[in-house]
Amino acid sequence: METNYQLKRADFIFKNENDWKEVLKKNINRPPHELINELISSELKGRGGAGFPTGLKWKLSAEVKSDIKYVICNADEGEPGTFKDREILSLVPFKVLTAMAICGHVVGAKEGYIYLRGEYFFLKPELNKAISEFEHYCKEINLDFTIRIFMGSGAYICGEETALFESMEGKRGEPRNKPPYPAISGYMNKPTVINNVETLAHAYTIFTYGAKRFYDLGVQYSRGTKLFSVSGDTPKPGIYELELGMSLTDFVNDFGDGDTKAVQVGGASGFLVPRKRFAETTIGYEGKLIGISLPTGGSMMLFNSSRSMFNVLDNYLEFFREESCGQCTPCRVGCQQLLKGIKAVKTGEKNAQHLDKLLRLAETMQFTAKCGLGQSVANSFSSIVENFREEMIY
Amino acid sequence: MNTSATLVKNLADQYGRSRNNLLPILQGVVEQEKYLSESSMIEIARELDIPASEVYGTATFYSFLEHKKMGRYIIRICKTITCSMKGKNQVLLAIQDMLKIDVGETTPDGTFSLLQTNCLGFCHKAPTMLINNDVYTDLTPEKVRGILSQYLTKNKEGGQDGN
Ligand SMILES: Cc1cc2nc3c(=O)[nH]c(=O)nc-3n(C[C@H](O)[C@H](O)[C@H](O)COP(=O)(O)O)c2cc1C
Ligand code: SF4
Ligand code: FES
Repeated sequence: METNYQLKRADFIFKNENDWKEVLKKNINRPPHELINELISSELKGRGGAGFPTGLKWKLSAEVKSDIKYVICNADEGEPGTFKDREILSLVPFKVLTAMAICGHVVGAKEGYIYLRGEYFFLKPELNKAISEFEHYCKEINLDFTIRIFMGSGAYICGEETALFESMEGKRGEPRNKPPYPAISGYMNKPTVINNVETLAHAYTIFTYGAKRFYDLGVQYSRGTKLFSVSGDTPKPGIYELELGMSLTDFVNDFGDGDTKAVQVGGASGFLVPRKRFAETTIGYEGKLIGISLPTGGSMMLFNSSRSMFNVLDNYLEFFREESCGQCTPCRVGCQQLLKGIKAVKTGEKNAQHLDKLLRLAETMQFTAKCGLGQSVANSFSSIVENFREEMIY
Repeated sequence: MNTSATLVKNLADQYGRSRNNLLPILQGVVEQEKYLSESSMIEIARELDIPASEVYGTATFYSFLEHKKMGRYIIRICKTITCSMKGKNQVLLAIQDMLKIDVGETTPDGTFSLLQTNCLGFCHKAPTMLINNDVYTDLTPEKVRGILSQYLTKNKEGGQDGN
């Protein structure tokens, strides 16, 4: 089976980090505009979901005048089916710390934070050890940059960047209205660069080997590699670094168990792709990922023909109902109604046409919810109901 | 001062008394006492000089900040999709059978509380659970019985680690 796979595996992220001191020293002696240009020409896009160009994000923050700015590493990793950021922080933490400090140099920030989800508390002691060693070296080379860990406490919504700031400010993790965007006004209303753990690890690769090395991987609009968290009905669940732009057929040929019925791409807030669509679906940005950007990149859950898609959707909706912050009505009430609705159809209390009403409700949520959580419920809802309608009814 | 008040004061000394330090302080209390009692929340409000309703508002938002008395070991079993597909129900039954408690309950002797939680970020090793801060993966009914027995032994010996 291994012989003819089409996936292009790569090994950058977990390659050893022994060179971090050199990488840090070399790069903090380069002018910020040069580093920004390097990042922009690599075409690195955020790996936390939204896919925003990382170079541009740093540039925006660098251009704002402020004595205080922040760099935040988003390690909230709560999207069901995602587990790669934990692996990065356990295996190559210095890459992330180094990229944060380089970012600090670029934008003019002296304080960095890692927002670590409460579930990963066990990582904290080792990570703190790495941070002390890192800060010690920063002092040696006269770099004024500190990093602190801020622990989450079991709330998926706090991965949303503005909810994360609220949480760090000691409040309920309720997303803010955007704009203003974090680059202008983020944590404590100061200019803040917030990046996903993996994005920072890729920035390290780019500052180590140059933009071209990264740009040459992947396809147009989707440059470089990406970590994929593979789970579900697969003989080899785990974390894999692959070039972007692969087709889902190739992915399933490699990772499926021979009986793959559907793949959920991007976690509960992503899309379900049924077998008949594998060939036309490629994995990348800019609509190539059968639609829009995903709240957390890289979750690939495989389902074989023994699985009930009703149970899958029921599980996702339960997740959203619990994790909705409840701040806005479309999402708070919408999640409850969708869950109640599919159960009513399943038990025959409502007829099949009720599903069409629910689809319209999900669509309404997409346009009226305040943040990405409520807006993305329709992704999995519509793609599951439309492709597996009969499983919702019988 | 009662123990809660001393704990809160020490935490405030350690982290600082600005609003930004509220979450670490709440977490510190939960770490020690396993939950936030009304009196500890009032104490935090006093130390940080903010309304108690604000403390309560923040505290109740987070699923790991319990405000009901909990056992010494809090079991949180993952109920999200992959763990559900890979046998979480059998594992849960084994726990319930062994501890004679339901989800949301605490054993009468205050040793274990049983809760469910969302994806722990170990789906490739499903099913999974947390006991306090420790993650357990690739669970089976036998394996989970073994793990709980170890905790029971540790608890009888009066093991020091309350974490
Ligand atoms: C509900 C929700 C949850 C999110 N959770 C995470 C998360 O756990 N980790 C993450 O990096 N980004 C998460 N994001 C995306 C962040 O808001 C933000 O886009 C990201 O941290 C930016 O970093 P990047 O540009 O490097 O991807 C989430 C977004 C939403 C709407
Ligand atoms: S969409 Fe949902 S999670 Fe987002 S602000 Fe509204 S209620 Fe909160
Ligand atoms: S679904 Fe249980 S660890 Fe992810």
